[in-house]
Amino acid sequence: MEGASREAIEAGRRLSPPTRDARTGRRSRAGERLIEAVLRLNGFIAIAAIALIFIFLFKEGVQAFRTIPPSHFIHTTELDFDDRPQVVRMWQPVGTNPKYSLIPLFCGSLLVALPATILATIFGVACGIYLAEVAGKRTREIIKPAIELVAGIPSVVIGFFCLAILASVVQNALHTTFRLNALVGALGVAFVIIPVIATMTDDALRAVPSHLREGAHALGANRWETIVRVVLPAGASGVTASILLGMGRALGETMIALMATGNAAQVTASPLVSVRTMTATIAAELGAVPQGGEQYRALFLVGSLLLLLTFLINLLAEITVARMRKRLAL
Amino acid sequence: MKRRIAEALAVGLLRGMVLVVIVATLLMLGSIARHGTGVITWEFLSQEPREGMTQGGIFPAIFGTLCITLLMIVMALPLGVCAAIYMVEYAGGSLTARVIRASVNNLAGVPSIVFGLFGVGFFVLFIGRSLDRLRGSGLVFGQPAMLWAAATLAVLALPVIIVNTAESLNSVPRSHREASFALGATRWQTVRRVVLPQARSGILTGSILSISRGAGETAPILFTGCAYFLPRLPVANLAIPFTGLSIPMINPLDQFMELSYHIFIMATQSTNAADTRPLQYGTTLVLVALTFVLNLGAIILRLRYRKSRESAR
Repeated sequence: MEGASREAIEAGRRLSPPTRDARTGRRSRAGERLIEAVLRLNGFIAIAAIALIFIFLFKEGVQAFRTIPPSHFIHTTELDFDDRPQVVRMWQPVGTNPKYSLIPLFCGSLLVALPATILATIFGVACGIYLAEVAGKRTREIIKPAIELVAGIPSVVIGFFCLAILASVVQNALHTTFRLNALVGALGVAFVIIPVIATMTDDALRAVPSHLREGAHALGANRWETIVRVVLPAGASGVTASILLGMGRALGETMIALMATGNAAQVTASPLVSVRTMTATIAAELGAVPQGGEQYRALFLVGSLLLLLTFLINLLAEITVARMRKRLAL
Repeated sequence: MKRRIAEALAVGLLRGMVLVVIVATLLMLGSIARHGTGVITWEFLSQEPREGMTQGGIFPAIFGTLCITLLMIVMALPLGVCAAIYMVEYAGGSLTARVIRASVNNLAGVPSIVFGLFGVGFFVLFIGRSLDRLRGSGLVFGQPAMLWAAATLAVLALPVIIVNTAESLNSVPRSHREASFALGATRWQTVRRVVLPQARSGILTGSILSISRGAGETAPILFTGCAYFLPRLPVANLAIPFTGLSIPMINPLDQFMELSYHIFIMATQSTNAADTRPLQYGTTLVLVALTFVLNLGAIILRLRYRKSRESAR
């Protein structure tokens, strides 16, 4: 979602309108100033929105450290039935001995986001290459809007489909013990990310100047060799950025993770068991939590971590895109 | 020869993968349609749910979705369009414009549940409770309400509107602005009479896309105002002063039912998920149809706008 291009923003700056109103001849400075002030206020509200989100989430999240020592977010020690101290990594905020380890939640988020990103990269980049290099003009005019329509399907619908139909299909095919597991969630999330990666890859590859392709063709390369050896390396930053953005989106996906992954917070490396992601934890528990309590603040801390993580991933993607722009400005 | 075979295989593989994606989408939509079309009747669309959601319809959810998207667009559209106008026309290439653009890009990347957290923490608890404290009237604003859910969705819709408006403002040729200034118009006159009318279709596209996104998002409204079953619609009678009359109006302090939230709760937390399964499919089909129509409309608008642009040049 790239906004206004840099040149257009700079072009707008260089024009300076007259200060006298041609119709009345008067200097309508006050009216102009007022309107500009109103517009500037709206512009600052846009900045304030993201700033407030950061401030409010971190303000509440940091307060979690008041009652929970930072090490508890990794593991706690508990006495088992024989009174021997055991290290436990559990997320169990309700109970006499609340445990706030984030490890199960991280495992859950990664077990859903990583397979989803890998699957979506394979199919999304393939779709992007197809749209940019192989598809004819008329095919492109049908398929590109079709991919945008797929991007517009609400994630609740995809989550419901995974919950009702896909989970049974996967269980019949793989004979898993748990019907709702990380794999089903990952398949649903991959569905959501494929349009994101495909459209950004398509944009990145189309931004590669055509003289590079023409040079390759002049040297005798066929279509596939041009793609692999010329176009893809030139557009690699854009493709990488799209994969990063897709991964950020996968980490932030809530409804599919909430409906299709089974919601069992456990530390595991297998995608065939039920897991709980960070997003699903917040969505599942925020409704039942007393405001200002310990669990409430812990949930805001999880939210802050999510926000920070997706912010860093998006920043990385933007740096990669900026590098691509610099390299292609030949 | 080997190179030619490799190329044919590779291009065929690409085509195959695109086909897999398309077929998967069609299978998904098709299965929802297959299970759901039998349920869609006029009664389904116009009645309340009954008997623990196993019978009746989803009319309150449809009404609630319309209300919330209306409120959201009323809040987000003026804000977004003004911010985009400022960013493109007034701030130009300055640092402010770049900061606004960076903020908008960051807003677009925030996970939807974080918007829900922000809605609860900022709108419901901070602003709502502060308003209650100022009025001293007990708990009126500081609880989940349509107003706060709409505000949360408006923050979510803001990047979509700003990006689409800025894109359409930038597509207006510079020469139009120069001509307007040469004739003596001030900047606001130029924006209002020359630039904005040409950017109308981009603004419309942005609004439609944001409405479709707002209707489909569940996480922001989970805790800021949505409910599974309400005995009446979020409508209140507004008394007109000096007459004895009152008109029914949307009550923004009420909770509401919404399509996507309805699907979510029915599918995961209803007391008899097996019995309500047909209604789940029906509701899902209605939601998919709604977002599909909206997105298709936006795409057609964008295509037609681009074609008229090219033919005008």
